[in-house]
Amino acid sequence: MSDFKVIQPGLLTLIQDAGRYGQHRIGLTNGGPLDALAFNWANRLCENPLNCSTLEISIGGLVLVAQTDTYIAVTGACMPMKINGRDCSFWQTHKIVQGDKIEFGFATAGARAYLAVKGGFNVAPSFTSTSTVVRESIGGINGNKLAVGDLLACNRAVQASLLAVPDTEIPNYPTELSIKVILGYQQKSFDSVQQRLFFSSDYQLSDKVDRMGFRLQGQQIKSSLSGMLSEGICHGAIQVPADGQPIVLMNDRQTIGGYPKIGSVIALDTARLSQLMPGNKVAFEQISMERAHNINHLARQRYQNVALVNIA
Amino acid sequence: MHVEIAGENSLIIYFAEATDPQVSAQVQQAMLQLETSLAEHLIDMVPSYASLLVIYNQFSTDHYFVSACIRQALKNLGNSQQQQGKVIELPSYYSTESGPDLQQLADNAKLSVEQVIAIHSAMEYRVYAIGFAPGFAFLGEVDPRIAAPRLTTPRLKVPRGAVAIADRQTAVYPAQSPGGWNLIGLCPTPMFDATATPCMPVQVGDSIKFKAIDRDQYLALGGEL
Repeated sequence: MSDFKVIQPGLLTLIQDAGRYGQHRIGLTNGGPLDALAFNWANRLCENPLNCSTLEISIGGLVLVAQTDTYIAVTGACMPMKINGRDCSFWQTHKIVQGDKIEFGFATAGARAYLAVKGGFNVAPSFTSTSTVVRESIGGINGNKLAVGDLLACNRAVQASLLAVPDTEIPNYPTELSIKVILGYQQKSFDSVQQRLFFSSDYQLSDKVDRMGFRLQGQQIKSSLSGMLSEGICHGAIQVPADGQPIVLMNDRQTIGGYPKIGSVIALDTARLSQLMPGNKVAFEQISMERAHNINHLARQRYQNVALVNIA
Repeated sequence: MHVEIAGENSLIIYFAEATDPQVSAQVQQAMLQLETSLAEHLIDMVPSYASLLVIYNQFSTDHYFVSACIRQALKNLGNSQQQQGKVIELPSYYSTESGPDLQQLADNAKLSVEQVIAIHSAMEYRVYAIGFAPGFAFLGEVDPRIAAPRLTTPRLKVPRGAVAIADRQTAVYPAQSPGGWNLIGLCPTPMFDATATPCMPVQVGDSIKFKAIDRDQYLALGGEL
């Protein structure tokens, strides 16, 4: 059998491909990597197709043993990684041989790391995707996070390029962020004073953080709406319940909901937000739809134009 | 009717301030048209009571094009063929055994348990939206006499198949989950089965009628107590 065995699952390790799309009409959410940029780099370092299944390691603590020969790459949060007790770097491909033990410590900066294997983990997709949404019991291995003894199937690979992401492209993971927001949804129900308060205040990430939503605490803001019909919620939407504390809705959000929303955080910045830890600081910056379009296209161009470094 | 930005790759169409079967039918019509006109640019849509969220590929198009498609779809609303949803009958074992809130709801409404059952099973309900959990269909609207606010303290475990009321909405819980709705019965028909095709017996725009069954019938249909 060609696979990795889970010795310790860590705090929260999930199988994630690029996400589940086109299934909102039956109530399924997207899932997928919280930090899509780090996820993409991990697959790219293994020369994988875009949608290959990876492991999203939150905070750390994962220990695996390889039961095959292959190649892996890990990207994202700064987390100590050892292969057979030897310190190893993120952001590059590593050759793995049968019996190798791969151990992660806990994140020292950032919160999520992505482990890709050559060819991706072999997991049967459900509703077009392998992404694990624990709340829905869908994707991954029986809809669950990794557990001790799980076997993660993959193909044996004995030949691959050894690649690295150039230093200039490796993100740092700060503890304070400004994240970009497009006004939308019920934004008109937040008057100009409320909007100014929102965009000029510093918020703190609370300890109520999960893949559904990131709750912030700080300056209260009020909508003039007292009730509304439930409606579709897009990725990054900022929901403001009656307590006036914003919640940024992430990959595993409910597909519909009935709280007023002031707008939405762009996906490039929900990715950065997902790398924060409770207590870290967040400020919101307003941008236009056109600017978001430009930022996203430029970021994609930049990513595609990077040449990986051959380290063989 | 108006269109607002939802996010970097999504627009939301608001059809009305309140909902009714006509508004819901408009949501359906617009959705069908946009499926055709947006074609490969479309990532997903979320129809709800009186709105439609349209999510598109921002790397193949932009919100100017999508807005134009939406304007066209809204202009055509009256003209297109009314899509008639199907009517599905769902058996429901209503009782104080299977519906722990049935007695309280009846008492608050100053009705007998039998009257509540008769009223709930007399109406044909429209599927206005699906969400909250896989396969959770929001059905409306229940007779105002048996409308009931959500519980002040939600239950940690509502069983799979629970038939429930919240305000003027009713639903069948597709899986065991936490929930704050008033439980009045149990339905043995699976509302979501990831391994089945289709995985749900209903879709938005369909109608549901509940049929009261007794304990033996419920168990014979595979229901669990």
